Amino acid sequence: MNINPSTVHPMRRAFRQIHRNRGLYALLLPAAALLLCFAYKPMYGVVIAFKDFSPALGITGSPWAGFKYFDKFFHSYQFSRTIKNTLIISVYSLVTFPIPIVLALMINQMRTNRFKRFFQTVTYMPHFISTVVMVGLLLILFSPGNGLVGNLYRLFGAEAPNVMGSAGLFSSVYVWSDVWQHAGWDSIIYIAALSTVDPSLYEAATVDGASRWQRIRYIDIPMLMPTAVTLLILRVGGLLGVGFEKVYLMQNNLNISSSEIISTYVYKIGLLSNQYSFSAAINLFNTVINFFLLILVNRIARKVSGSSLW
Amino acid sequence: MEVMEATPAPARQVNVRSSDKAMEVVLYAIAAVILIVLIYPLYFIVIASFSDPSGVANGQVWFYPQGFTLDGYRELLRHPNIWVGYRNTILYTAVGTAIGLAVNVPAAYALSRKDLFGRKALSLLFIFTMFFNGGLIPTFLTIRDFHMYNTFLVMVLPFSVIVYDIIVARTFFQTSIPGDLWEAAQIDGCGNLRYFARVVLPLSKAVLSVLGLWIAVGYWNSYFNALIYLKNPDLYPLQLILRNILITNQMQSGMGSGEAAQIALRLANMMRYSVIIVSTVPIMCLYPFVQKYFNQGVMIGAVKE
Repeated sequence: MNINPSTVHPMRRAFRQIHRNRGLYALLLPAAALLLCFAYKPMYGVVIAFKDFSPALGITGSPWAGFKYFDKFFHSYQFSRTIKNTLIISVYSLVTFPIPIVLALMINQMRTNRFKRFFQTVTYMPHFISTVVMVGLLLILFSPGNGLVGNLYRLFGAEAPNVMGSAGLFSSVYVWSDVWQHAGWDSIIYIAALSTVDPSLYEAATVDGASRWQRIRYIDIPMLMPTAVTLLILRVGGLLGVGFEKVYLMQNNLNISSSEIISTYVYKIGLLSNQYSFSAAINLFNTVINFFLLILVNRIARKVSGSSLW
Repeated sequence: MEVMEATPAPARQVNVRSSDKAMEVVLYAIAAVILIVLIYPLYFIVIASFSDPSGVANGQVWFYPQGFTLDGYRELLRHPNIWVGYRNTILYTAVGTAIGLAVNVPAAYALSRKDLFGRKALSLLFIFTMFFNGGLIPTFLTIRDFHMYNTFLVMVLPFSVIVYDIIVARTFFQTSIPGDLWEAAQIDGCGNLRYFARVVLPLSKAVLSVLGLWIAVGYWNSYFNALIYLKNPDLYPLQLILRNILITNQMQSGMGSGEAAQIALRLANMMRYSVIIVSTVPIMCLYPFVQKYFNQGVMIGAVKE
């Protein structure tokens, strides 16, 4: 430390710093090793998207196929269908983005602490339900024969629609059941942001005659903007990344025309019909689009609002 | 109050106060509707699980159990797959959560230290994987190359690094562990590893609890890895068994023609309420233990970087 840093060779200085903190590298090692094996090694494996992969020849041994499989996807009828379905679901979900914010603003306004605690607990609870149980729940509730909704219809002497077997209702059921399950949980982060507001701000506003609504409008909402923008960037960046788990469980022969999305198609082509290269190509196409969308949205957000991911 | 009456109050202020009152009413009215929409379906499952299945099917169950019976639960006890799945899920959750904490928390601490040489590049190595990945098939082939296909290990190890959790923990360490503690420890001749174990970890109960809960809930509820990487039913977690009872059987209800299919459907109908209760209640019970940490700074860190 008492040596003037500028006289020491930078390499030596780096080495000394690494040596002094070798314990930290030991702490980092397990996670880094796992990422190299199970995240970076598969990234090398995407070359099979450009090859005629056969397990017997291995990744390096398989012959090159160029863009054959990308071409095949672009020209198949599933191309526009899966992209359209994926986009419909994610844009629809994006519309529900403000709901957790509204919920957080509501919770922040509750003055009775016991009610507030109860309300928060109840809104968080559905988050702990697994996707399988959630879809099971939907099937139970919406069963036209003996479900809750079916019985409700029958109470009024009407014929219940087959909600879970309807292609037209698929995206609505998907999105609103997600809101039901996760809006409360997603509001936590906004509640935490609101808890950092300086109470003297509210007092000053009240003294100046601001109504409750004005305090929300001019203190709470601006306070939430940076958090909201960051989360929005992530959401838009994942526009073509609708998760596999729930959609796959909700799929059936009756709704398949609107429930086949990119990730379920990748799974079917890859693991159910063993067309590894074709599946990897579709998957890579999807990942690359998401990646560039994220970068684009991030750049726009930085220009427009000054907040960005990096 | 009397004093207020005496001085002529500006009309506007009165308006403000009545609008606040109106808002209060609207707020609690909306909150009540939300509570009903959230609670009733769950409550319905609970009462249906104690009711006679035909009563449930005919729409007689609305507010309390009809024809009280424990048949649904009795049927569960007779279903061996459920208990194998239960055991597997408990093992995957316990081992997976332990590995997850052991891998992510130390990495987060290392990345939180400003004097870590190469910190930027190493952070990028982690964060990049959030936005780019090899995809299903290349990952599947990698798992096979490591001879992990259809093993216990694949359920707890390969996907245990969760970069989002690392970012949350890293921000926690940066904001909640004072930097001069490390300076002081260094003067006392304490190395990085000992400092991490003896000083940092005991100060990090909040973040350890929250991450532990997230990871545990994730393992308990996931079915994707099992669907992709397991073949042997003896290794199936609870969620895959549930999928058969709750979804596959229900979907086939219209098409099932054989007697076996009909029996399977009848059993599934009997069990579907009780199985939801039995599979969901344990993980919900974890929540109150960490609830007190939730509205604190732990979560805010995630988006601040």
